[in-house]
Amino acid sequence: MTAGTSQLTSPPTSPLVSPLVTIRDLHVGYVRRRRTAPAVRGVDLSIGSGEIVALVGESGSGKSTIANTIIGLLPDNARVTAGSVLLHTGPDPEDADGPALDDRLDLDGHGRRTVEIVGAREKVLRGLRGRVVGLVPQDPMVGLNPTRRIGGQVAEAIRLRGVSGDDLDAEVLEFLAQAGVDNPQLRARQYPHELSGGLRQRVLIGIALAGRPRLIIADEPTSALDVTVQRRILDHLEGLVRESGISLLIITHDLAVAADRGDRVVVLQDGEIVEQGPPGDILVSPAQDYTRRLIAAAPGLAHGGQIVPRFQLPPEQVATPDPVIRLENVSKRYPLPGRQAGSFLALDGVSVEVARGRTHALVGESGSGKTTMLRIAFGFEQATDGRVSLDGVDITGLGWKQTRLLRRKVQLVHQNPYASLDPRFTVGQSITEPLVSFRIGDRRTRTARALELLDQVALPGSYLDRLPAELSGGQRQRVAIARALALSPELVLLDEPVSALDVSVQEQILELLTDLQERLGLSYLFVSHDLAVVARISHTVSVLNRGRQVESGSVAAVFGSPSSEYTRELIDAVPGQRGATRQAGSRDDDVREVART
Amino acid sequence: MTVSVAHIASPATGTDPAATGAGPVTSGAEPAATGAEPVTSGAGSAAGEALLDESQPGGRRANLIASLRTLGSRPGFVVAVLFIAFVMVTAFAPGLFTSHDPYATAPADRLVSPSGGHLFGTDELGRDLWSRMLHGSALTIKATLIALGIAIVAGLALGVISGFFGGLVDAVLMRGVDVLLAIPSLLMALSIVTALGFGTVPVAVAVGVGIVPGFARTTRAEVLRVKTLPYVEAARGGGASWLRVLLRHVLPNSWGPVAVLAVLDTGIAIIAIASLSFLGFGAAPPTAEWGTLISAGRNYLVTAPWVSLLPGLFVAMTVLSLNHISKTLQELER
Repeated sequence: MTAGTSQLTSPPTSPLVSPLVTIRDLHVGYVRRRRTAPAVRGVDLSIGSGEIVALVGESGSGKSTIANTIIGLLPDNARVTAGSVLLHTGPDPEDADGPALDDRLDLDGHGRRTVEIVGAREKVLRGLRGRVVGLVPQDPMVGLNPTRRIGGQVAEAIRLRGVSGDDLDAEVLEFLAQAGVDNPQLRARQYPHELSGGLRQRVLIGIALAGRPRLIIADEPTSALDVTVQRRILDHLEGLVRESGISLLIITHDLAVAADRGDRVVVLQDGEIVEQGPPGDILVSPAQDYTRRLIAAAPGLAHGGQIVPRFQLPPEQVATPDPVIRLENVSKRYPLPGRQAGSFLALDGVSVEVARGRTHALVGESGSGKTTMLRIAFGFEQATDGRVSLDGVDITGLGWKQTRLLRRKVQLVHQNPYASLDPRFTVGQSITEPLVSFRIGDRRTRTARALELLDQVALPGSYLDRLPAELSGGQRQRVAIARALALSPELVLLDEPVSALDVSVQEQILELLTDLQERLGLSYLFVSHDLAVVARISHTVSVLNRGRQVESGSVAAVFGSPSSEYTRELIDAVPGQRGATRQAGSRDDDVREVART
Repeated sequence: MTVSVAHIASPATGTDPAATGAGPVTSGAEPAATGAEPVTSGAGSAAGEALLDESQPGGRRANLIASLRTLGSRPGFVVAVLFIAFVMVTAFAPGLFTSHDPYATAPADRLVSPSGGHLFGTDELGRDLWSRMLHGSALTIKATLIALGIAIVAGLALGVISGFFGGLVDAVLMRGVDVLLAIPSLLMALSIVTALGFGTVPVAVAVGVGIVPGFARTTRAEVLRVKTLPYVEAARGGGASWLRVLLRHVLPNSWGPVAVLAVLDTGIAIIAIASLSFLGFGAAPPTAEWGTLISAGRNYLVTAPWVSLLPGLFVAMTVLSLNHISKTLQELER
């Protein structure tokens, strides 16, 4: 990276000196049913060499559309209606023999090539992808070809640069090692399904690096991963980029992540840039209400990088004599597939109880057994060992018929509101379905009840006849909550109810849940991997790690003075803490110095 | 637990954002008017996601209307549907489109080429081919409908049962289907017709049994997919019985690909039925069926090609239209 390293010597604080990408007045729309719905409306943006720019916005704000325009990967129904995207590639000898760059190039007086992306031919774009602009896709689970070995997939990107033979193998290992993949020799021979999500994301980063690009676009690179893995990967990616002088465009819906990572934060709303600047400035003095709202919604940022529990519970009240549900010493063993008599212990003697009118949270990374615990509480799974009692009545090992009767007391809200509502059911039908199943009331009273429930979750009554596809994620989750409340349960089990939603919508749903708890006296068992979310809603918490209970107690006690290393690690991984440190005073130049060393 | 205490605001005015901090606020008609995902105008600081525009039609009917509009804007699809509609009408009222008697022989007008008087010309006995074609529709289309009815009912039942219950039931039923799939379809149809005797209904049964496996397989795959979806689990969690989950959630959501397959298989059934009657297993002469018409003209292919080719073309058009409809529906599903 000759061009990149030379620019690193001058601090990239004034990125406009040598922009790598210049976007001018970009308008992009999507054609649907013969109408063009604008997604990006007049965006001006430039990314300097070696700069890290974070694009923040809610879903539908056009952030991914901008990224796809830069790399020329817009879907077929997208139309760039106006504006230009100029990519300035340096006078690199490597580019001179490039197959496609001699098309549409013009020298801008500084001896640099400039390529107009908008309207460029596929041949030109193909020459740019990987070699000038690299992409780290959103979901590592589907980002790799499952039928090819890791090494071969990395080699594909390297071969674009004309490397072959023994050099190729050496470079594959080098890039895998650079991306932070342990034991690259072994990994290169493995298939994607043999790797964890975090490792797959590292491989994808390795592939993005392999073309030696000038710019890497990371589209929500870690939202599919656990918080601790998320932090490690982002740390690593940031370190690599700083070291090699590659520019990085991070796309995220989480302002906390953006503030942690970006030299410059660009806030998007409805396809327009509402605010941009260094994270310090944006966090300290946001000029727009919208930005302020995003800051308030990011729990890590709102309280200066500290996780502040909403409820302070005195230690003597943590234990309760009369819990709604008590799971004692619950273990769950799954047989492993195949003939071998092996089994996997998903839960190992975990005890949890939920006090009346309070929220108990189960926290842990994926594979910690928290969802299994919830499903045992709901009767979808049977515990291998241990007892479950609801309202003091033992319900362990009940059959389907008896468990069904318990549904009137316990209800479940699923993780993903996009999948938990039947697409063919109207909102009204979905909400009243539990009533129909239990033969409660007639058509008229059910409709009345549905209206009442919609009202409780702050949706207007006119939504009764709407289909889920017409609603946004937050609205769908409200409908799912209304459905869970239809039978007036005492206990609601919440399975990561906000993890599929934008940060700002998360905040609203959590607020709604707290509000409903106060007014209806509900008890919640809340499963989440996000400690900041847990702090916002829970009274007590249990931390799970690989099926074992690591710690439990009131949220204030556990998060305030964690006794285990694992809990501390989880707390440190909550995004927003570095951004908040910048907010506290030190300008981002200092932080960059620290980051570079 | 009383619930009536929990009113936030009257539904008519929407909600009070201050009370919940979560009340969505409408921002006028603008968002929905763009046809995009509803978005806020960013006016209110507490505003969440914008509500849908009330004036915009929504719900099932709007969905249906939109789908029909998309379909209506494809000329190929419209032509195909019109042609199939025409064939269906001729099947039940062939007299509407012809005044000739399909059985009236006219030795003077033998093998007359197509003209205004005889659209498809006449055959070796001077019978009007167009009229025989239309009257033949009745038998062929009725046989197709019977075949399809058998296939859909049996295939859907087999698929749903084996997909939903799984385990041993699934294994036994699917091995049975595998056996059916292993026998060449024409061979099986021939043996069934031979066992049941000649005629339109036996032919229909033979063809229907032959296309059951395809339906069973497709249905099973869809049911397997749908039954693991969270909304099915949510319905179970809401206390719904197995039967209710099956009938209200699994079946309607598995139906799409099966319906597409049904249209596609209608074409296949028509061809199979025509082949069987071509081979002489269908209705006895002088009754006309599409297959017998094609078969009868073979001997005059050089001197009077229309006797065989025009009915053949008609069958081809029908099947092509059905395939096109099926493909368009499939695209719409995506």
